[in-house]
Amino acid sequence: MTDQATHAHLNDPEHAQHRIVTPLQYFFVYIIMLALTGLTCAAAFVDLKWANAVIAVGIACTQATIGALFFMHAAFQSRLIKLTIGAGVFVFLVMVTMTMSDYMSRSWGMW
Amino acid sequence: MDSALATTDPADLHAGQEHGHVSLPQHRHHFETVEQQREAGSFGMWLFLLTEIMFFGGMFLAYLLYRNWYYPAFVVASNQLSVRIGTINTMVLITSGFCMAIGVWAAEVRRRSLLVAMLVTTTLLGVLFLSLKYGEYHEKYELHHIPGNNFNISMFTNPAGYGIKEAPLPPDMAQKTQVFFFLYFAMTGMHALHMIIGLGILCWLISRARRGDFSAGYVAPVENFALYWHFIDVVWLFLYPLLYLINRHPMH
Repeated sequence: MTDQATHAHLNDPEHAQHRIVTPLQYFFVYIIMLALTGLTCAAAFVDLKWANAVIAVGIACTQATIGALFFMHAAFQSRLIKLTIGAGVFVFLVMVTMTMSDYMSRSWGMW
Repeated sequence: MDSALATTDPADLHAGQEHGHVSLPQHRHHFETVEQQREAGSFGMWLFLLTEIMFFGGMFLAYLLYRNWYYPAFVVASNQLSVRIGTINTMVLITSGFCMAIGVWAAEVRRRSLLVAMLVTTTLLGVLFLSLKYGEYHEKYELHHIPGNNFNISMFTNPAGYGIKEAPLPPDMAQKTQVFFFLYFAMTGMHALHMIIGLGILCWLISRARRGDFSAGYVAPVENFALYWHFIDVVWLFLYPLLYLINRHPMH
């Protein structure tokens, strides 16, 4: 394979430039993760009615996204892998939505 | 995965040389470039993690349903868990994830001793997490809060007798605390099993890293294991608020 061909590959959806994340970047992510853990713990002790659960899940989703993007390098992967991750999460949400809509519609008003 | 993880098999090396396009020992002959091989390895690992999302997702879905049905039981049962230990464990896991990430960096920049140190730290933090988890499980065993024939609902029907400031539950709802504890043990137990498997792989990685296998440009096993370890962290980041923090403020 020629150098040109190798270089052209890098622009394909299946190939991404390999990028090394520095320890300082990891450290920032680490601090953000710890801060969000403190926040979710503190928020649980404040009475916010239904918003408590929303905040708890929202913070967990934020942490998961940050973890996947930077600790797991999803942000620096090829489009193929990004799309695969997105598709997997989407299918999971479909499973939750369809199941919950079924359960909720069966006992309408009783939940 | 095996093809992406395997390193230096003399037979393969020989076969690769015959094809005339192998420059690194970890480059298997059926991949055009090292980048392609690395990409295929990451892709396979992510596919595996997506099956794990569906696996844990089923349990989260069950949790969501039963929490809606038996909310009072879930609140009281959740409040018996120790937020302190749960929070410490969350921080321990995040720290171990950070160490693992630094380990990947150390492998990338080919620093063997730092890589070994980070893998060992990750392992120790994993063991610390499991030790704290064991303490929690043991407490539940002593209180008869493990679902089954020996499950004891008296703490939930008569919380004042145990010095707990909760509204007493009627016996039928108090029985539903078993559903919470069943999900608690199923979810944290599966999570712990993943960690135990991870610790086993970590020991294998440490012995290979000490040999210098991952400090000469070949980082795929460390990188892919890091994906697995971070995934376990992410699962815990959902378990922690959902199991420990359902309703911590005083009930009205």
